[in-house]
Amino acid sequence: MNGLDSFLSSDFMAPMAALGVAAAVTYFWRGLGVAVSGKMDKDSAIFRWVTCVAYALLAGLIARMILLPIGPLAELGLEQRAGATIISLAVFFLTRKNLLAGVTAGAVALVLMARLGPL
Amino acid sequence: MQHTPVNFGSTRAAYIQGAKDALSIPALILGSTYMGFGALVSETGLEVWHALISTAVNWAIPGQIATMELYAINASLFAIAAAVGLINCRLMPMTIVLMPFIRNKTTPKIVYYFMSNFIAVTGWAAAMKLCPKLPEEQRLPYFTGFVIPLWSICMLATFVGYHLPGVLPAEVTMGLVFLNPVYFMLVFLADFTQPGRPTALILGAILGPLTFLFTPNWSLLITGLVAGTIAFLISEHRFKKAQSS
Repeated sequence: MNGLDSFLSSDFMAPMAALGVAAAVTYFWRGLGVAVSGKMDKDSAIFRWVTCVAYALLAGLIARMILLPIGPLAELGLEQRAGATIISLAVFFLTRKNLLAGVTAGAVALVLMARLGPL
Repeated sequence: MQHTPVNFGSTRAAYIQGAKDALSIPALILGSTYMGFGALVSETGLEVWHALISTAVNWAIPGQIATMELYAINASLFAIAAAVGLINCRLMPMTIVLMPFIRNKTTPKIVYYFMSNFIAVTGWAAAMKLCPKLPEEQRLPYFTGFVIPLWSICMLATFVGYHLPGVLPAEVTMGLVFLNPVYFMLVFLADFTQPGRPTALILGAILGPLTFLFTPNWSLLITGLVAGTIAFLISEHRFKKAQSS
């Protein structure tokens, strides 16, 4: 099978359909955001509301990714992810809000707990 | 939002500063996350091209992970569209909120439609922090200078990560994927005190996981609308109170 044929095989194309659909719905929101923003005054109440919605969405997503993840993290227990998150927060504040230290501590704690079981 | 103005001197310098800011901790952490994503795709049995195309045109890690997970369990295209659409609906308010801080009078609209593809948490948070302080003509260059190198590093990291499974223990892949939400959490905690934000962030963080227990698909939309609206009403009420007193 030459290179071009392997691109046309169903093994290659079936996931491409999934990726295409995902990219289309994702871009839809971004494009719509650009279109709508042209008609919105940044000093208006509705703009302040959209800002609140954006931050609430982000916080909701992040909390959900930590506490109830989909993907490989779902294999771990809640106490392991919560424990690693608490360690990350503790190091972050103890190092006067050092992002790198906080994030590294959290990830290392998670890897160790995944290996050795909850601390 | 009143800030001390920052001026890099030229648009060229703004591009360079954006790249400098991106190519430190953000690239290190997001790059590690994308290595984890590459490893995840490889474990799903897909090809490296799929991983790269996902990072290229579906940029924003939560939707990318969801797409791969759903594909792995043979979900229908409609189910994938619905789930990814609902996870990524945050990108619309994020774009609306960022646009006034990166727009200028001379850049053609098509550029914003193109650049919006690079709006995701890391670049968005960096631009939201700095762009309001910059002269108008340096804002889009800073954002572009930040996100394009960041995205390039993540493309490379996706490729490298794809070839990692078997080399790295599974726990390390988990650690790499875990970096991402923890990093996002700390980024928002670092700028926590900006007016109006704490209420929205706290309510969102509580409602997000709670609603997910009842309705995983609609959870984010409900969280954003309910928590966002409550936070908005509280901050408007405070604002009016402060004005009248």
